[in-house]
Amino acid sequence: MKVPFKGAIDCDLHPAMPSASALLPYLDDYWRDQLVNRHIDKYSFVLTSYPPNSPLSARPDWRQASGAPAGDLDAIRRQALDPFASRVAICNVLHGALALFNEDMAAALCSAVNDWTAKELLDREPRLRASILVPAHNPDLAVREIERVAPDRRFVQVLLFAMGEMLLGRRLYWPIYEAAALHGLAIGIHAGSTYHHAPTASGWPAHRVEDYIAQSTAFESQLLSFLTEGVFHKFPALKLVLIESGVTWLPTLLWRTSKTWRGVRPEVPWIDRPPAEILREHVRLTLQPLDLPKHDPQALARTLEHIGSDRMLLFSTDYPHWHFDGEDVLPDGLSDEAVHKLLIDNPLETFPRLRDGVAKGDNKGDNTRTNQEAVR
Amino acid sequence: MNVPLRHAPASAGLAIVDCDIHPAYRSPKDLYPFLPARWQEHMTTFGEHLRQGLSGQLAWPRMMAAGMRVDSFPEQGPPGSDLALMRSQHLDANGVEYGMLMQLSRGGMEERNLEFAAALSRAVNDWQLATFVEPEPRLRAGIVVPQEDAAFAVTEIERRAADPRFAQILISPRSSDPLGHRRYWPIYEAAQRCSRPIALHVQGFSGGHASTASGWPTYYMQEHYAATTGMQNTLTSLVFEGVFERFPDLKVVLIEGGFAWAPALCWRMDKHWERMRKEVPHLRRPPSEYVRAQCWFTTQPIEEPETPAHLADVIGWLGWDRLMFSTDYPHWDFDHPQHVFKFQLTEAQKAKVFRDNAKALYGLQ
Repeated sequence: MKVPFKGAIDCDLHPAMPSASALLPYLDDYWRDQLVNRHIDKYSFVLTSYPPNSPLSARPDWRQASGAPAGDLDAIRRQALDPFASRVAICNVLHGALALFNEDMAAALCSAVNDWTAKELLDREPRLRASILVPAHNPDLAVREIERVAPDRRFVQVLLFAMGEMLLGRRLYWPIYEAAALHGLAIGIHAGSTYHHAPTASGWPAHRVEDYIAQSTAFESQLLSFLTEGVFHKFPALKLVLIESGVTWLPTLLWRTSKTWRGVRPEVPWIDRPPAEILREHVRLTLQPLDLPKHDPQALARTLEHIGSDRMLLFSTDYPHWHFDGEDVLPDGLSDEAVHKLLIDNPLETFPRLRDGVAKGDNKGDNTRTNQEAVR
Repeated sequence: MNVPLRHAPASAGLAIVDCDIHPAYRSPKDLYPFLPARWQEHMTTFGEHLRQGLSGQLAWPRMMAAGMRVDSFPEQGPPGSDLALMRSQHLDANGVEYGMLMQLSRGGMEERNLEFAAALSRAVNDWQLATFVEPEPRLRAGIVVPQEDAAFAVTEIERRAADPRFAQILISPRSSDPLGHRRYWPIYEAAQRCSRPIALHVQGFSGGHASTASGWPTYYMQEHYAATTGMQNTLTSLVFEGVFERFPDLKVVLIEGGFAWAPALCWRMDKHWERMRKEVPHLRRPPSEYVRAQCWFTTQPIEEPETPAHLADVIGWLGWDRLMFSTDYPHWDFDHPQHVFKFQLTEAQKAKVFRDNAKALYGLQ
């Protein structure tokens, strides 16, 4: 079904990433020289996870006659913001810097992408917000980037990848979550791989569609990592947003973690209540793609009942990725109340910075409310 | 603590098929009568050569009693090594009409030296017969083969094919490449030819890759869970590489890797197959149809939703004819046939899950 009223908050939108040469003005002299002299500026930084011509990467009617899908603000307004009457959309720029092994180069490019995003997108379209791209494989550099960008309150979340260097719950990464908590930022994990490990426990699949399907299992592994390592215990206000993760795999994970925990809880004594409760409180998932069977209209209602919470789902179009046709971004059969929560209430609860930002648009540099939120 | 968990007879007087029972050696020397002298010496001198950092123990120590039921230790040897105790504690007590043996360790599935792997698997197959199946006709062996040496695996499958005491073929889902890859197809061809299902039981040893796409987990709780993500990836590979399309009579049993994820995985595979089908034109049907026609799942460790009846939704989606009861005896997370389901099954559902599905699949009378 269509979005029934105005004011939705789209929690996953993908503007085309800038070319490397477009990032040159956002780099310092050293990195500009590096990119130019090494011809790095001639490469695209396209991620293997999102081949540009693949059907999943862009809906046919959202492709442009020339240029990349979602490659200009007019297209984003016309195709993604206006049709769904979104008051706010969170941009996730999926840049290949995250797959570089050189941590300093990755950090420099992440900074450039964030600054480009602020200037080229956020400054020009007040409905847009963004995630902070960070080189997670070096938590020091990632924290530095969060500290640098956080004063701009249009950045509402820190962006990580589902398949990366190490499982993200590990203590090594905790400074990132501490910085996010301090600044009232959610932690977002987006589908995608650095391919620093094989995508599966038995190696490298042959087909791209297999890699894509495996993303949901990578999200499962990350949830187990956050849970067992005690991240939610350490950072009680943390919201972990799974973006483009799929949704319908979640009930089994809730059941299984709660059951296994009863047998192994001495190993993870900081988990002091059933994991399903902890996960329902801290974890959020974006709507698209919603993997449901075609011919079973009851499957969605049953699955939502199995999930056992109406606070976990966040509206997303995943524009321009192709998961639905026309304007039917919402599944049929949701109650009015569920739709309202999905479109507005849940995103507002998840992203503290949207609560002050929605009406006013831009209040760049106002850092005073942040610490209050962190201790909330 | 060596007390039986329950004294009650098996579920509602139903004779059951247990699709996952683990036999064990009293000591590795139990295998020596079945190993050529050259490999006995190799085993003594060098031992197994695996893809992990610890020798002779698991890198994620189990939570209790080395991962065993604390009441399952015989006077001598490890749990599962004493047939008399297995009979009294499990087969008799729980009304097991047939039990499927899952020999995991030292079967060569995870051995890096493929010649040694071949010798081990041949020895393990002889040992299963001599130690368990000959003295206890309720038990059925599995043909253990090292999947990384498909040519040898085929030889071993053919060698055992005429013996009905071997019910299925065991290979590791933690393979060195995803199991759909062509290098494994001779195994599926042989399985189809000799009408044996392929049994995929979760494995504690790596085939060379971390258990998650972001590397190694920290805790056993994660590694335990990773069995289900790995099994999903393995099933995805079998589907999309076209194994089921190419071998339409092949049957695959997914053991101890969970089953509740399967309907959602099928929805996900179908949806994205539709979008990406030009990449995999060799698939002529939606992925879910191959799974529905050619895959079976075992119950243990059963899911326990807060609202128990939610599991009935999932089994309905999966198909009541595709789920087979298993206990995992003598492991710590054993499921008892009387207590495994927390919601009411109909008599027909009980008969299928506890007995008839397995009998039909394995051709048991």
